[in-house]
Amino acid sequence: MIKFDEVHKRFPNGTTAVHDLSLEMPEGQITVLVGSSGCGKTTTLRMINRMVDPTSGTIRLAGKDILESDAADLRRGIGYVIQQSGLFPHRTVLDNVATVPLLLGWGRKKARSRAAELLETVGLAADAGKRYPHQLSGGQQQRVGVARALAADPPVLLMDEPFGAVDPVVRTQLQDELLRLQKDLAKTIVFVTHDIDEAVRLGDRIAVFRTGGHLVQCAEPAELLARPADDFVADFLGAERGLKLLSLSTLAGLPQGPAPEGGRWELALDSARKPLGWRDGDAAADSPLLPVRALRDGDSLLSAVNESIASPAGLVARVDADGVLTGVTARAEIHDHAGEAHISAGAAA
Amino acid sequence: MTIEWGWFPDHIDEMTRLTADHLSTALSAVFFGLLIALPLAVIAHRFRPLRGFVLGLSNILYTIPSIALFVLLLPVTGLTRTTAVVGITAYTLVVLVRNTVEGLDTVPAKAREASTAMGAKPLRTLFTVELPLALPVIMAGVRVATVMSISLVSVASAIGQGGLGQLFIDGFQRDFPTLVIAGVALTLLLALVADAVLVTVQWLATPWTHKRGA
Amino acid sequence: MLELLKNLASWLTSGPQWSGNAGIAHRLVEHLEYSLLATLVAAAIALPIGMLIGHTGRGAFVAVNLASFGRALPTVGLVTLVFLAGGLSKWPVYISLVALAVPVIITNTYAGMAAVDPDIKDAAKGVGLRGHQVLWQVELPLALPLIMTGIRLATVQVIATATIAAYVSFGGLGRYVYDGLAQRDLVQVLGGAALVAVLAVAADLALGGVQRLLLRGRPASAR
Repeated sequence: MIKFDEVHKRFPNGTTAVHDLSLEMPEGQITVLVGSSGCGKTTTLRMINRMVDPTSGTIRLAGKDILESDAADLRRGIGYVIQQSGLFPHRTVLDNVATVPLLLGWGRKKARSRAAELLETVGLAADAGKRYPHQLSGGQQQRVGVARALAADPPVLLMDEPFGAVDPVVRTQLQDELLRLQKDLAKTIVFVTHDIDEAVRLGDRIAVFRTGGHLVQCAEPAELLARPADDFVADFLGAERGLKLLSLSTLAGLPQGPAPEGGRWELALDSARKPLGWRDGDAAADSPLLPVRALRDGDSLLSAVNESIASPAGLVARVDADGVLTGVTARAEIHDHAGEAHISAGAAA
Repeated sequence: MTIEWGWFPDHIDEMTRLTADHLSTALSAVFFGLLIALPLAVIAHRFRPLRGFVLGLSNILYTIPSIALFVLLLPVTGLTRTTAVVGITAYTLVVLVRNTVEGLDTVPAKAREASTAMGAKPLRTLFTVELPLALPVIMAGVRVATVMSISLVSVASAIGQGGLGQLFIDGFQRDFPTLVIAGVALTLLLALVADAVLVTVQWLATPWTHKRGA
Repeated sequence: MLELLKNLASWLTSGPQWSGNAGIAHRLVEHLEYSLLATLVAAAIALPIGMLIGHTGRGAFVAVNLASFGRALPTVGLVTLVFLAGGLSKWPVYISLVALAVPVIITNTYAGMAAVDPDIKDAAKGVGLRGHQVLWQVELPLALPLIMTGIRLATVQVIATATIAAYVSFGGLGRYVYDGLAQRDLVQVLGGAALVAVLAVAADLALGGVQRLLLRGRPASAR
């Protein structure tokens, strides 16, 4: 666990970057620090591995004041990922990943085999190791950055807008990948971003900062979305705050009925009973099917609301893990449930 | 080695004359250098194959001792200021051509395309977009060329056109260090002032490079 | 012009011209000796200073403007001054050549280290490299191309300027230039100048080879 106790940071030029911050970042969880630029979130992150030292207050890592550790030794035990990855352009990808193990005196062979193993873990092909960073795409470089941070298996990972420079599709992939890794590794992750959607997607807890280095609210995503502490947080969360909350609950438990028969709209299925599309009974027999996006129990309530609006029949097709139809849920049912989810999240908070 | 301060008040006229000669030789060289370098660089920038040739040639020029170049020009231009100016001009080309080509390289392709897209012909794009945007790098070259020229003029003292460099020869022959010190100091001062003037000119000519509020 | 080139060819190719204490071979060795020693001493002085300024970021203003100062310093004047102060020795030659080379190397070394992406230095510190490890493992390797450019530039300048040794009565290829000037013998001047140019180009090519060797295996992006 990382614990900030009345930490204050004032830079020599007089600006206050972090203002009397007291905050806990629980072990094995992802804490996202979010806020607009100049709010002190990056400075907060950089104080954890002593890239910046606080003006006053204490930061404890696993109960120990970090100022008591040698800065370089401390950093070798903390993974660090930054935007644009900060890879060394003159070293191969493999040697980049092996940096910290080599610093820790692992020996070249062991460090390299560990690095190769990690490249696979972060989803890179083995031959990527022989390449130089600039020969990889932005998304791949970011994966190498994560692999380098994980190399010595540090319990803590600091990530400073790591996915800020890649396009939205790749960003979503990288976010999924991080969540998948985190399920196995259970690191204590501190993640800085200015993207509230990213924060909601990744965070077990979200800390919202305001310009001048003030922490405004720190809560679980559902609580934050349901009960923003003030107008600043509400504004920051954006106009679709309610919809974002729906992205946190799933369809599981929502009742389903049989697919409609005999009406205007019928669900066309293939031989394995997988949905193909909606057939319009009023249209000519050879007209094309209208697209259907069938949902699984693990999909979010938000995607169900979206599909219920997009579906011509006002019905959401539900499938099992193999994609086989299990039933349909009506628009009204989904909307009722969405409203209840909102209320219950508020009540839990 | 002592400086004889008493020498200075009696020789202000001579020093002024030498300084003026020195400066006019150096500035003439930079002027003619720019006149030759700009079109040469634009052509070398447009036609890739010429680029290596032009830059390579100017680099080889750099390896020829300046004193030798002056002497070799003697049969053509004699013991005149022209010899000094031509020789120094040749050296300024090394810097001016390279910097102009590199300056044109720094012009973002998008700026060039935008100008073309708005209907400007190539020559107009060159004068209204490319050269202005290349100006910071070109001016850096002009500064280097100017300072280098001011220093080189003293070498031309071997052919009697050395400006302040004449003080080195006189000081050497009369075993009178005061003259040499005065020559070195004035050359450095001249270079410093010329550089400062050019920095100011560049700052005024490129308002888009200023930091906000500056 | 053609006549001059023909005479130059016979001057360069005549056997006796190459041998003896006043021969081309001997002058070449002298010239190389002055240039090499001066460049080595200059590098020994300038590299640590440039590295220190680049690593700490302190004194950047000095580093940037030193090259300009070095260019402005009139070598003829400096040689004359040291000669008048210290009398007949090789000190004037070495002092002025070193003074010529030091600023170029400092400025380029500093520029190379300053050009290293701050994000990369930040990441290096962030993963736990100590100051000296950042310097040796990240900053210096990435600055190497510009550092080598500085050394090559300095070498070419020193070789071209080492003709000055003849001005204060020593040897080297400058002998032909100054003797030719005194005797109004253009062929000799041209021969000396050509030899200096060839030596400078050869030295530059050799250093270019060293540079390629040091950077072999690296991607173009880190050259």
